[in-house]
Amino acid sequence: MTMKTYRQALRDTLREEMLRDDSVLLMGEEIGVFEGSYKITAGLLAEFGEKRVRDTPIAEEGFTGAAVGAAMLGLRPVVELMTINFSLIAIDQIVNSAAKIYGMFGGQVKVPMVIRTPGGGGQQLGATHSQNIELYYAFVPGLKVVAPSTPADAKALMLAAIRDDDPVLFLENLALYNTQGEVPESNEPAVIGKAAVTREGTDLTLIGYSRMAYVAAKVAEELAISDGLDIEVVDLRSLRPLDRETIINSVKKTNAAVVLEDDWLTYGIGAEIAATISDGAFDYLDAPVRRVAMAEVPMPYAKALETAALPSNADVIHAIYETLDAMGVPRRKVGQGHD
Amino acid sequence: MVEKTSPAAKKSVAKKPATPKAASKTTAVKKASASTPAKSAAAKKTAAPKAPKVTRSASEKEALVSYYKEMLLIRRFEERAARSYTQALIGGYCHLNLGEEAAIVGLISEMKHDDYLFTNYREHGYAIAKGIEVGPLMAELYGRVDGVSKGWGGSMHMFDLTHRLLGGYGIVGGQLPLAAGAALAIDYRGSDEVVVCTMGDGTTNIGAFHESLNIAALWNLPIVFVVINNGLGMGTRVTKSSAEPELWRRASSYRMDAARVDGSDPLVVAEASRIAIEHARAGKPYLLEIMTPRLRGHSVVDPAKYRSPEEVEELKHHDPVTILHDRLLHEGLATQAELHKIEADTMKKVDAAHEFAAASAHPDVETLFDYTYATPVPNDSRRLPGQALFPSAKGGSR
Repeated sequence: MTMKTYRQALRDTLREEMLRDDSVLLMGEEIGVFEGSYKITAGLLAEFGEKRVRDTPIAEEGFTGAAVGAAMLGLRPVVELMTINFSLIAIDQIVNSAAKIYGMFGGQVKVPMVIRTPGGGGQQLGATHSQNIELYYAFVPGLKVVAPSTPADAKALMLAAIRDDDPVLFLENLALYNTQGEVPESNEPAVIGKAAVTREGTDLTLIGYSRMAYVAAKVAEELAISDGLDIEVVDLRSLRPLDRETIINSVKKTNAAVVLEDDWLTYGIGAEIAATISDGAFDYLDAPVRRVAMAEVPMPYAKALETAALPSNADVIHAIYETLDAMGVPRRKVGQGHD
Repeated sequence: MVEKTSPAAKKSVAKKPATPKAASKTTAVKKASASTPAKSAAAKKTAAPKAPKVTRSASEKEALVSYYKEMLLIRRFEERAARSYTQALIGGYCHLNLGEEAAIVGLISEMKHDDYLFTNYREHGYAIAKGIEVGPLMAELYGRVDGVSKGWGGSMHMFDLTHRLLGGYGIVGGQLPLAAGAALAIDYRGSDEVVVCTMGDGTTNIGAFHESLNIAALWNLPIVFVVINNGLGMGTRVTKSSAEPELWRRASSYRMDAARVDGSDPLVVAEASRIAIEHARAGKPYLLEIMTPRLRGHSVVDPAKYRSPEEVEELKHHDPVTILHDRLLHEGLATQAELHKIEADTMKKVDAAHEFAAASAHPDVETLFDYTYATPVPNDSRRLPGQALFPSAKGGSR
């Protein structure tokens, strides 16, 4: 184990995979000479050269589609879309090409590619640069969508994504790049399509992914210390396929769920999770499934407004207590301080 | 393969891109390099050249007869598809290559077997010319298991890896970035195939056109972009959709060599295609515009009421199959009896394709979830519309 940032884990994994397999190449805007807008590809151009670390024109549809075409001929391109907001320029190639080519042609050709892209707000980047629109991709059969919340998972899921024969949208998060965690030395890929119970508990289930799985872990830890609560945390890790079984099994144990998401509530990822719990654990629920999600506005620039729009730790704690109240669970400690 | 350099064809193509002045009034091909776009030689847009009275070698005769056979097969296949469509054997959309036959066979005759073809949703003829049997093509139209795409693609999404047809694509322009990427993979590996990517005239206005040509030129990719200009994007004329209606000129934005060629003569198309493909194989992408008539509507169901009776009448003189048929007769390259035999053989093939397709099984519903992912993945949904997510979950109190 080594302590690394999420950013370093990504960068080191890309490098190792490029050393391991010369069909892996990187494509994207400013990933070479500029070393990446968020420095995930720092030093890789110098080490691997222009052939394998390819600075592209500002043409998301063009180079994302080109990566799909290269993958059809057996390369393993890893595309960086500078932020997920710009993926909207490439969405035709992601949805109509990458996701469809294997099935639409009767399984004749595979599309082994990765699209890395960070989402997330909180950086005062305003309405067009702060979105969480992974849902658009998680909606589409044929794509796999993963969303690691820790440096260890960033590595393991990146290994899995690059070695997978299907197109994988790999969701990163601006707020996670500098977070630290233990990263194993082993190059054991994660299994795409599996959620993880990252903290076991019996009082209530917190469900999140990406930044909100990180928040869930922090809040659960905090409430265990401050209020003696025993909260279970499910990190989805994979948005498509969605590991419904792990969600259901957790809720059957705790009888309550609070779903955390950085995207908009209406039609969001949390809606799918809540529906899943209704389908699979209706009989076990002691309170309605609660969702904590971003306010339904275009993200404002002003710090006070942006902070108010994004889910905070306090918002999560508030939702947890309202859910426990609905269950009739007496407040064990002086947790009212949070309320 | 056919003889590529007939005297007639040679004469009709300017030899070097850098010498546009070589083009003349009677030239069927216009070409230009990026730095010196041809300003002279306004080649007529779709006018078919009169059959030249020339003495042809045995190989030229063979080439023309062979082109004719292929063109006629495409023609009769498409006519059969139109009939099968009205008989409800074919669903969805069905866009035909009627009028494009000379362009198709001329272009593809210059591709090697290992060269890759990306095309759009009007692709049946390209698939035939690429060497795919008509039976599996018709079976794809009928949505059967023996179809080239196993019944998953239909008319717009034909694919055959063996013959390196890497797809018909249903979204206008969708194939362009993919084709550039395939060329990137060829370049990355240092192999010597080329990619040919065809599109319609309307495609030149979509962003992917600009992005893909720019990328191909920047990275010196082995690719030929081919615009089949039939003058109409559905019902919208090129002059109403393209501020520069001479579409080949757009290549100059990317310092890319380009040409415009009359698509009614397969020899002329082949010669222009040979030059384009040679460029691409040398790592110089190329834009080739081929002028063709679109003999019928946008798709089978389009009566094309936006065309005047005069225009419809005029179109009859531009039918490349008729033109070549008459040319073979007039030049004494084939006898009436030989042409009758070709016709009969072609009909036999097309009838057999129908029989093959009609006899092929409908895909088993059990296979519905077999093609979502290439790498099996846990929790992949295999739920039919009426099924519950958790069939065992019960309501009521615990």
